[in-house]
Amino acid sequence: MQSELEWRVYLFPQETNLMKYLLLMYADETIVSKYSKEDFQAAASMQPGLSGLAKTWAEFVQEISASGALISNSGLAPVANATTVRVRKDKTLITDGPFAETHEQLGGYFLVECKDLDEAIRWAEKIPTAKYGSIEVRPLWSQIS
Amino acid sequence: MTATEQVEKIFREEHGRALAALISQFGDFDLAEDALQDALVNALERWEVDGIPKNPGAWLTTVARRRAIDRIRRATTLERRLVTLDPPVSQEEPEMDDAQIPDDRLKLMFTCCHPSLAPEAQVALTLHTLGSLTTPEIARAFLVSEPTMAQRRARARAKIRNAGIPYRIPPIDLLPERLDVLLAVIYLIFNEGYSATSGDEPIRKELCAEAIRLGRVLVAFMPGNAETRGLLALMLLHDSRREARIDEAGQLILLDEQDRSRWDKAKIHEGIGVLDEALALNDPGPYQVQAAISALHAEAPTAEATDWQQIAALYKTLAKMTPSLVVEVNRAVAIAMSQGPADGLARLLQIEGLEDYYPYHAARADLLRRTNQLEAAAEAYERALALCGNSAERAYLQRRLAEMLNQ
Repeated sequence: MQSELEWRVYLFPQETNLMKYLLLMYADETIVSKYSKEDFQAAASMQPGLSGLAKTWAEFVQEISASGALISNSGLAPVANATTVRVRKDKTLITDGPFAETHEQLGGYFLVECKDLDEAIRWAEKIPTAKYGSIEVRPLWSQIS
Repeated sequence: MTATEQVEKIFREEHGRALAALISQFGDFDLAEDALQDALVNALERWEVDGIPKNPGAWLTTVARRRAIDRIRRATTLERRLVTLDPPVSQEEPEMDDAQIPDDRLKLMFTCCHPSLAPEAQVALTLHTLGSLTTPEIARAFLVSEPTMAQRRARARAKIRNAGIPYRIPPIDLLPERLDVLLAVIYLIFNEGYSATSGDEPIRKELCAEAIRLGRVLVAFMPGNAETRGLLALMLLHDSRREARIDEAGQLILLDEQDRSRWDKAKIHEGIGVLDEALALNDPGPYQVQAAISALHAEAPTAEATDWQQIAALYKTLAKMTPSLVVEVNRAVAIAMSQGPADGLARLLQIEGLEDYYPYHAARADLLRRTNQLEAAAEAYERALALCGNSAERAYLQRRLAEMLNQ
């Protein structure tokens, strides 16, 4: 009974007890590829006078940074540049691309710190790709019990 | 009633509220449940000797709270946590003050029905945490084994903890969509008890009663919300026909063939009263419209005397609120009843995409029969039969098909 209680933690998120979530952006790359590298660079530069997608991204990144919730974020190079590695019976198998054919690919991530799942969901719905792709909200392994 | 029976009744009534208060205080489903179980065992012993206390709910909560603190104390490594808990409860008889126990059931409902949980998990958790049925009863009602039900619940609880699902009444901008989920879960519980024609009858009846109980609790919490009242009214009105819709052989009796004297007048009266309150709030929604349709059936002395015109109009409204082919079928049937089978059939035949939906074929068959197109009707009954898995409705379809073939 005692050992069972030892690992008990408070079930519900506490104000002081922030949780980390990884927000994974999945989308159809063929839609994303409409935008050039320059678009993304422009967005990342957060220069004044941006328009369209670049402006949307710049504003979102600015908002989430200013809120203090953002730990880190990045986009990923298209899956055409991906390599998959497996080790089976001490033998390394290297193949091209992602492991499975899916119509949505992982395109980037935001690592955030939030009070609870609802707050993480609020950030997820503001990520521009949520409008055509999907965002998977995953709590980090370290905080599960 | 023996003391044990009395304790059981009290436990069913007080369980949800006591558990919510404990979970709220200790932030731990398992600890709260263990402690409440301890308190129940304690109550069985004490009440046998001392009699039932004036406020049994408060007694149970206070004793359970004390047991929970005992359990935490025994785990010495957690002692530092005690500073965040209430000051130690004295060993004296607990104060029987109900007002000191906050009613946390609403917060708990929103946690159990968070949209990030799968519907079956929402149902399992809501029933177990807020309801009064035991785990074996819940498992039986959903035709799954006890371990399966327990596992569903355990997984849902783990997700609440690990994913950081909040325990609170959602902020005002999230409230409408979160409340929708809550209403949907309650209605799902009701329908599981009402629509399923397999499983044992007493437990399914209890499931409907449970959904109605949860509906009442929710109305008390959100008195200004029209759809919450609409759902309660809908459930009461449907449930009023429970005794009349199944015959001795367990076969389903269709609405127009039911013995209306067996409808529960008290439930109809209450349902219509709740619906009137809902409509007075002037914020219409799909539950209120469905309740209104159900009320029109309930008020009609016979199937023929039903105000089908108004029902058809209500289905039109419902189709606008929640567009669905199923609603369109019902609307066509209502039109057939108010304007004649030919009009209804014309309307029905305009609906596309229901080739595999047996009620569509059953309705089509009935309307073909009533417009004297017997051969086509027989064909439609056959089509419906091929798709229908419900034995009671199959019996009805077979009877009609035999009539067609014998003409």
